[in-house]
Amino acid sequence: MKIRQISVFIENKSGRLYEVIRLLGGNNINVRAMSLADTTDFGIARFIVNEPDEAYRLLKDNDFTAGMNDVVAISVPDKPGGLAGILHVLQQKNINIEYMYAFVNQSGDNAIMIFRFDDTDLALSALKGARFDIINEKSLFNI
Amino acid sequence: MIWNPTYEKMPRKELEKLQLERLKHTAALVYNKVPHYKKVFDKANVRPEDIKSLDDLRRLPFTLKSDMRDNYPYGLFSAELDNIVRIHASSGTTGHPTVVGYTQNDIDIWSEVMARTFTAAGLTNKDVIQNAFGYGLFTGGLGAHYGAERIGASVIPVSGGNSHRQIMLLKDFRATAICGTPSYVASLIETAQDDGVDLHSLPVRVGIFGAEPWSAEMRREIEGKWGIKAIDIYGLSEIIGPGVSSECEEEQNGLHINEDHFIVETINPETAEVLPVGSEGELVFTTISKDGMPLIRYRTRDLSSVDPTPCSCGRTFVRMKKVRGRSDDMLIIRGVNVFPSQIESMLLEYNGVLPYYQIVVDKNGPMDTIEVQVEISEDVFFSDRIRSLQTAEYSLEKSIKESIGISAKVRFVEHRTIMRSEGKAQRVIDKRTEKKQ
Repeated sequence: MKIRQISVFIENKSGRLYEVIRLLGGNNINVRAMSLADTTDFGIARFIVNEPDEAYRLLKDNDFTAGMNDVVAISVPDKPGGLAGILHVLQQKNINIEYMYAFVNQSGDNAIMIFRFDDTDLALSALKGARFDIINEKSLFNI
Repeated sequence: MIWNPTYEKMPRKELEKLQLERLKHTAALVYNKVPHYKKVFDKANVRPEDIKSLDDLRRLPFTLKSDMRDNYPYGLFSAELDNIVRIHASSGTTGHPTVVGYTQNDIDIWSEVMARTFTAAGLTNKDVIQNAFGYGLFTGGLGAHYGAERIGASVIPVSGGNSHRQIMLLKDFRATAICGTPSYVASLIETAQDDGVDLHSLPVRVGIFGAEPWSAEMRREIEGKWGIKAIDIYGLSEIIGPGVSSECEEEQNGLHINEDHFIVETINPETAEVLPVGSEGELVFTTISKDGMPLIRYRTRDLSSVDPTPCSCGRTFVRMKKVRGRSDDMLIIRGVNVFPSQIESMLLEYNGVLPYYQIVVDKNGPMDTIEVQVEISEDVFFSDRIRSLQTAEYSLEKSIKESIGISAKVRFVEHRTIMRSEGKAQRVIDKRTEKKQ
């Protein structure tokens, strides 16, 4: 139920993010979701893509500093309190969220939240136990 | 193994007698043949005949790098050009390059001392040596080449650079030893990893590295990643090139100076006062057997110390400590002396691998600033979490501050944005001097 996420280290120089995106787009990699975290010197771009292995290889071959790690995608009802329910469960189990970001799919009723936990397995079992709608990699691209 | 036990194991008394005899000869040679030396000897009110014991060496004047520039190109040669068979030059970063001339006798001495170097590293005529020192005006390539041929090894004169081909040759020609600069070898290791070549599967067992200061941590790193024994060698073109001193495989602890050819002293770099044996200071060499361009008390600017205690390998030659840095490499940051090798040690200690790095020194108003740019790669430092990266930066800054006493900024940069060296690594960019010029 884990989703593979690609992350890329990018120095704060103009045009670097464009180069990453262009490389992925030019090779028919579809970016489903992304987030960018930055400091004054550098940023880390994180991507959920349809072909993670291929994207990872492409980035490496082009001398980008890239990594692949597991995240969890959960479908959250797009209504007040939707996210609170998830966070409540995590808080009760004392599970830390490293970071999270969201995207809304076309059909519109649900938002998809991407979570990065320090202990992914522990988080997954807690969320499964609470019967949240955890999305696997395949269905993420069939939405 | 010892190439020439007669000299390398010569009892100290006998060795000192030989040194005195050769010193007298050399002093007379330069006094009679080189106008510069006649002038400076006269000025110091000393004559070659005044040398009665080795202690009299300190009465002779020093030779400085600037003397080489002032006498560019051939002014310090004591042999006629008819008898000079080779000319090398060091890359001059400022002004003229430093030129050195060799007679056939000098080339023979050079081959001899490099033969000792390879033998001390455990190599014989059964070995295949891939020589990745640069061939050309730089002394590394040809010096290693002649020494390797002298012991009868098979030499692959590949020179520096073209890393993919180097890896291919290592695989196909089955080299058992490699020589080159440590920074180039580190980039070769990286190339092998990119090419998917398992270095441990290659028959290379020994590496002979030198021509630039490198840290003990970097040695462990190269030895670990490649599974070879890394031997440190030392030399400088002014004295002969590589072959001035080298480690023995038995101890790998200090480099035996070929004292039948070179007399070593250590001095206080500021006052030029001769220091007692064992104290750290600037190394000073006098060549006592060369006849193309002998140098009297040449100040190397290299900082080290000399250990006279006997070595388990049986050589009677003193050992110099791994050079900590060249005094010209020393940076003065806000009044604090900093060696690039100190920063290298910090980086290596952090997680056991040496990343590519570069030190940029600049000025912000009257304040010197220092920035250590560190390349990150997936194996080193990289994380998808900003916090881990920042923590790494902060703790590196903290350890630099604690050990060296200066505040440096550590900045992560992208993979392969720092220039790879094929010869000596350019670790420092000092923008303060660029601004002055």
